[in-house]
Amino acid sequence: MTALLSIRDLSVLYRRDDVEVVALEGLSLEVAAGERLAIIGESGSGKSTLALAIARLLPESAVIGGRIEWSASQLQTSRSVIRPAGEMSGRTKEGAKDRQRLPLTNNAPIGGRDIGFVFQDPSSSLDPVMPIGKQIAEVARTHLGLGWSQAYARAKTLLERVRLPDPDAALHAYPHQLSGGQKQRVAIAAAIAAGPRLLIADEATSALDTIVQAEIVSLIRRLVAEDGMTLLFISHDIALAATLAERIAVLRHGELIESGETRQIVEAPRNAYTRSLLDAHLGLDAVPLLDRPGASA
Amino acid sequence: MSLLAVSNLAKRYHRRGKPFPAVDDVSFEIGPAETLALAGPSGSGKSTIARLVLRLIEPDAGRMEFEGTDFFSLSGAALRARRARLQMVFQDPLAAFNPRATVARVLDDPLRIHAIASRAERPRRIAALLERVGLDAGLAQRAIHEISGGQRQRVAIARAVATRPSLIVLDEAVSALDVSVRGQILELLLDLQRQERIAYLFISHDLGVIRAVAHRVAILDAGRVAEVGDARAVIANPQSAIGKALVAATPTLNRNRA
Repeated sequence: MTALLSIRDLSVLYRRDDVEVVALEGLSLEVAAGERLAIIGESGSGKSTLALAIARLLPESAVIGGRIEWSASQLQTSRSVIRPAGEMSGRTKEGAKDRQRLPLTNNAPIGGRDIGFVFQDPSSSLDPVMPIGKQIAEVARTHLGLGWSQAYARAKTLLERVRLPDPDAALHAYPHQLSGGQKQRVAIAAAIAAGPRLLIADEATSALDTIVQAEIVSLIRRLVAEDGMTLLFISHDIALAATLAERIAVLRHGELIESGETRQIVEAPRNAYTRSLLDAHLGLDAVPLLDRPGASA
Repeated sequence: MSLLAVSNLAKRYHRRGKPFPAVDDVSFEIGPAETLALAGPSGSGKSTIARLVLRLIEPDAGRMEFEGTDFFSLSGAALRARRARLQMVFQDPLAAFNPRATVARVLDDPLRIHAIASRAERPRRIAALLERVGLDAGLAQRAIHEISGGQRQRVAIARAVATRPSLIVLDEAVSALDVSVRGQILELLLDLQRQERIAYLFISHDLGVIRAVAHRVAILDAGRVAEVGDARAVIANPQSAIGKALVAATPTLNRNRA
């Protein structure tokens, strides 16, 4: 297996009001090219910090140790791009200028071009006052050096690929005219517009209802297969992750607890914490709490 | 006899100038110490029903009998008195409470407003409520924003049970919790139900959670009840299209453990 990236002894520490919080500590992990890897953990486990570190989206105030090494052969060769590196397809409140200058990578990947990022809340990743076609076209223009008309043609193709109804009309629609699930489809279209090698989905379905969640998961599965992307699927839901990922890494309190093939993690977890996460899952085949002995007063 | 009987409930909103039925001719009953779950996709009317039952919004049509009274016609002191019997817990207690208030203050309010305990008696009652929901009485002086999400949801439950309700509306009350905490909160709710004979209107998008704690389930679609029945029977063998879609979309872990 060819590694897309190798994470070596990664530590991230946040400073807030003179209080230091360790978000990740000594984490090492290989991500193979073309695999679907899920990062699982509860709140405060460091899973989102890991995603942000890989995408080089951590705030400047974060103190980072260790290395993230990218395989040069897996990255796109430099093209003449209109904008300099560092611009992301997703938008954050702070904008690109406040993000860290990460010293720890070689062959630095370019966000938006080499990495597509899908966040939990599509409303905050999309610009509310820009037509969605332009938001997708902008990514293709920036990273692929296309002209506007080519970029719009690509945006339309992408809207078809994410199965948005009536892609022609959707090009000119604004985010508020779409449902939550449709907005997430648009955010995914923007994330993959430049043909990234790595797609990171950070709780990308957590704000959606069960039915829409299943649709978005199958969309991600199809797009990742069609484009040969590597997927990093960040989730609190181990059952959902198991439906999509080939491999699962379990994080807790900023440390990697265990990682392995999905089947091994689900059927024969080595770690007690992983087992407790599996036991806490309330599936449609679990014994209802109403019936469990010892639950009565 | 039922504790709560809702009949022909309706509420319309307007979307881009057009009337949009959020809740459309919905009827259901809940018995004492029973849990009825409302399931359904986003926009199916679950939370609107919760808000109507709590009279946070007014219905366009329909009746609600609660503890033998016509709840929608109550007003003034009679409504306030009956409200003590009908409590609520929402998804995000940080949004429901003043984050800078202390836990004691959050629990003092219902005891004072509903004249349940005298000023001198209240600190002891607050300590007992905290203990009842599995929290240390020492937490009373902490601010809401200082405690964990699970602790906060326990405080929300303590506040709800402070007025000795017969029914609590739980609107996605465990949806934002980590799974390890979620199990403990569900156990607490079941324990309170058995001990105090509290009924729950349990709103959730998660069929796994519903199956774990609810006696019956009503599956909603576009503001209407698509099907209703025993929770396990409906989830094992849904009859409606939306019920089938919800079951099919629920992720399952295939654990073939020895």
